[in-house]
Amino acid sequence: MTFLRVVWLVMRKDLLVELRSREIVYTTMFFAVSCVLVFAFGFVREGQPMEDVGAGILWIAVAFSGTLALGRAFERERQSETLRALLLAPVDRPALYIAKLLGVLVLLAAVEVIIVPLVALLFQAPLFRHLAMLLALLAAGTIGFTAVGTLFGAMLARARSRDVLLPVLLYPITVPVIIAGVRGTSALLQADPDPAVARAWLSLLVSFDVVFITLALWTFEPVMTD
Amino acid sequence: MQRLFLPLTLLVAAMFAYAPVMIAQAPFESTMLLVQKIFYFHVPSWFVMFSGAFLCAGASVVYLAKGSRNADHYALAGAELAVVFGLMGLITGPLWARKAWGVWWEWDVKLTLALVVWLTFVAYLLLRRYGGAGSEKLAAGVGIFGAANIPFVYYSVNWWRTMHPKTTVVPTLREGMRGTFWFCVLAFMLLMVLIVAARVRLERQRALVDDLFLELED
Repeated sequence: MTFLRVVWLVMRKDLLVELRSREIVYTTMFFAVSCVLVFAFGFVREGQPMEDVGAGILWIAVAFSGTLALGRAFERERQSETLRALLLAPVDRPALYIAKLLGVLVLLAAVEVIIVPLVALLFQAPLFRHLAMLLALLAAGTIGFTAVGTLFGAMLARARSRDVLLPVLLYPITVPVIIAGVRGTSALLQADPDPAVARAWLSLLVSFDVVFITLALWTFEPVMTD
Repeated sequence: MQRLFLPLTLLVAAMFAYAPVMIAQAPFESTMLLVQKIFYFHVPSWFVMFSGAFLCAGASVVYLAKGSRNADHYALAGAELAVVFGLMGLITGPLWARKAWGVWWEWDVKLTLALVVWLTFVAYLLLRRYGGAGSEKLAAGVGIFGAANIPFVYYSVNWWRTMHPKTTVVPTLREGMRGTFWFCVLAFMLLMVLIVAARVRLERQRALVDDLFLELED
């Protein structure tokens, strides 16, 4: 089987399972919405949101719900030992990684479709003024976060205390993604938007994606071998 | 290494015993005076932390590529040193900052980078400690990612800060301070070599004991 076909089949399987139960997408979406609300109570004073807070809350919600989705995605594979079955299949290991990555990305994209308008609404953030740039930042940032998270999630599927170890490992490594995402988005949201600054942050995110996807493809094989 | 261990221990002990003398004799820095002396131990501890981080990442690459257990022992020793000396840097740093800048913490690029790298290696050790069987390999992945992340953290924090510039006191080295500084760096690096050697030996023997137990049970 070719690489792309394996990617397609595994991803389709994941999305089919998810479509039937809709467990991860519903729970994660509701979690993201609760997250935004909790922050709204923390950062809205006298009916007015604090300056520059929308971008930060948006990215925190993405990071938190991403962690949840990653954990659940691999918990499902662990319950009936299907991860072992996947790894035993005579296919390229990196193809499994890419398939898992794309599956989680689709889920997070669905979550972002909800929380981006929600943040725009609750924090009076003009998120749609530079829509193309905002989408590019969100895509590059989510890919970077998920690229690291998918590898760690897969590794931790067999480890003890995996629930708490995933964020502990993931957040320090994805600090650049959060900084670049928040600063880039906030450059678009300020009263005098600055697309050049957003573009600089986007280029940092893209290079992060390239480096970490390459590294993950290389480490996935030895890390997942017993 | 085992034959060199004792002479190296004596050398490092002598260097650390002499270091305070050299530091006392070094000239006072013009604005910070006595406070600046902490620099001679503060900066070398960061040198050791970053060397430990890179040792961990390099050894992790070898471990994942070749599967050599020895490389894994080096990776563990590197990560432990990064955490211990990073903690020393994180304690001496705010003490100095409080006196020199008037604040305990500044979101300056070097401080933030050091904090993120330190957190990464704390996470590495947590994974090894609580991850259960087979967590060495997972930890190796974290070690590699942690080191690859260093330039990204540096650039992102640097841009983040330079967009809100703040003046900080950057000490420049004067004649007479430079010698003392490099003497301390050398002492710390030799101490690191010493600890890595001891730690790897301990880990190797622990693995040997484990193997012998398994053999006995079979």
